Amino acid sequence: MVERSPVLNMVCHAILIAGALMVCVPLYFAFVAGSLTVAEVQKVPLPWLPGGQFFDNLQLAWSKGNFSRTFANSIIVALGITAGKIAVSLLSAFAITYFRFRYRMLAFWLIFMSLMLPIEVRIVPTFEAVANAALPLQWLLETLHIADLWGWISGHEVAIALEWNMVNTYPGLILPLIASATATFLFRQFFLTIPEELCEAARLDGASPLHFFWSILLPLSVPNMVALAIILFLFGWNQYLWPLLFTTDKDMATAVIALKGLIPRSDSEPAWNIAMSGALLTMLPPVLVVLLLQRWFIKGLVDSSK
Amino acid sequence: MTLRLSIPWRDARAPMLLRRHGGGGSEAVPAATAGSSRRSGKTRRREEAGLKRANFGDGPGLPTLLLLPQLLILLFFFFIPSLRALMQSVLLSDPFGNNVQFVWFDNFKALLASSDYRQSIAVTFWFTVAQNVLTLGSALVLAFATDRIVRGRSAYRTIILLPYAIAPAIAGILWAFLFNPAVGPLAQLLHHFGIAWDPNLNPTDALILVTLAASWKHICYDYIFLVVGLLAVPVSLMEAAAVDGAGPIRRFVSIALPMLGPTIFFLTVMNFIYGFFETFAIIDAVTKGGPAGATNILVYKVFVDGFVNLDLGSSAAQSVLLMSFALLCTLLQFRYFDRKVNYGV
Repeated sequence: MVERSPVLNMVCHAILIAGALMVCVPLYFAFVAGSLTVAEVQKVPLPWLPGGQFFDNLQLAWSKGNFSRTFANSIIVALGITAGKIAVSLLSAFAITYFRFRYRMLAFWLIFMSLMLPIEVRIVPTFEAVANAALPLQWLLETLHIADLWGWISGHEVAIALEWNMVNTYPGLILPLIASATATFLFRQFFLTIPEELCEAARLDGASPLHFFWSILLPLSVPNMVALAIILFLFGWNQYLWPLLFTTDKDMATAVIALKGLIPRSDSEPAWNIAMSGALLTMLPPVLVVLLLQRWFIKGLVDSSK
Repeated sequence: MTLRLSIPWRDARAPMLLRRHGGGGSEAVPAATAGSSRRSGKTRRREEAGLKRANFGDGPGLPTLLLLPQLLILLFFFFIPSLRALMQSVLLSDPFGNNVQFVWFDNFKALLASSDYRQSIAVTFWFTVAQNVLTLGSALVLAFATDRIVRGRSAYRTIILLPYAIAPAIAGILWAFLFNPAVGPLAQLLHHFGIAWDPNLNPTDALILVTLAASWKHICYDYIFLVVGLLAVPVSLMEAAAVDGAGPIRRFVSIALPMLGPTIFFLTVMNFIYGFFETFAIIDAVTKGGPAGATNILVYKVFVDGFVNLDLGSSAAQSVLLMSFALLCTLLQFRYFDRKVNYGV
């Protein structure tokens, strides 16, 4: 701060308090609604103070939303996306920064291209791809006439039909969301800033590439991995479109999808108290992550968008 | 593996030159050419984009193995689907996929001629522009205030950042409740003032509601980038301007804002990407595109046409148009952010 100006400071505090209020009002009303009975929540005007039903509603929401199952699913999917993306990205970033090989630039551009298109724009074909991941193989077989060839050799008519359906499976929920190179570029950028001498020294000491990766590169990348892991966890937990399409079985739904089932529609009983309790429950894990790991979270957010 | 790269250049270059010229078939290279190619060989080796100078030699075996997981995932879930979208966009098929015809650009023509699609474009435009202005405007004011004060800064920041953790769908549900015409407290407030608020019937109200929810969720993103950006503005500049008599607001407008220019540009592009693609959950949870298509943004229409109406050709054509838009955004970003890449996870 360059000069003292108490009036402006007051105004600034007022602005920030207004901003904080704007964030908190929806959350506060969710809490209030979540603590009322169904009859109370429909009263006009809505009470401004919480009632006494908070924990009962939480329990009811937990059982109605099948949350003991869907929370587990959400955790598996979010952690799977986090771990999978970081592992895959570290390896490929290592390959494109630390190795000289013929198609290095080709690999780089292939990975790079995937940055450009968010999954939302290719929903339908991605769905088809995951509903039967073996489809491309099938085409390959058909083009090569493998079946005819086999029939000609052995004298038996055969039909090859491949199917690998990933609907309602964890891989189906996780893999398509790993298919983007965002993290690869973060690690690539980071590897480029690592002093050359480290690699030279490691090689003089006779370290193999994988040894160098494991005992030098990986420990150095820990801060970046933590920051990125937080962002990816939030990304995975908050997924909506993909799990919505991809889970027809209620037991494979994620928490956010299960919550959607709790929202009252015009033809059902307006149980907004249960819906709001469910919303509070579902947002709790990511909110805790942001609150407890704030410093890392900010680093991850800013780094991963450069 | 040899030590070729970590020892002086003299030893390292010889085999490389031999290989390069030996392969080309021209054995007798004049001294001058050899010298220049030697130099260019050196610079090329140094400048090979994104490769460490100290790298692990040649052999494609190990790097292929390391790249394999990423490339396989991309092949199955990125390249093949994108190609399929391109293919489907020029095909016409019945909902069961029994009868497929090649129709050139008929899908696109039908799309651009349809009033639904035009309405969807208009809705998307107003939605993203309003969301952009609201988000960036509030974020700028909040960031300015955060930069001015010292006491309580991290407490404010923590609260303002909270919506980032909340799923778009949940943000939508929270706002849908607040403005629910039957039970929502803010809707009751509006009714109290005589405003006939009903997002289930009134298209404008519905659009306002989803815009508010989308902005509420996204202000924190712009905010944190602006706060970080403001920290990078040199204090000496600010002090010099203060000595020259510029007040805090004048300094913000004339010094900080221009220096934040690239950040603001980046955020604008990110806001558009957010508004175009990531607000799907808000729309689906709050309005389902209604009433009467008033909140039927482009990405929601792709979903409805593809999965509900089973019009695969049209849905694919819409996907392709959206892809071109996403591509345009990325290219724009590149133009202004030399070698900085958008990794919006």
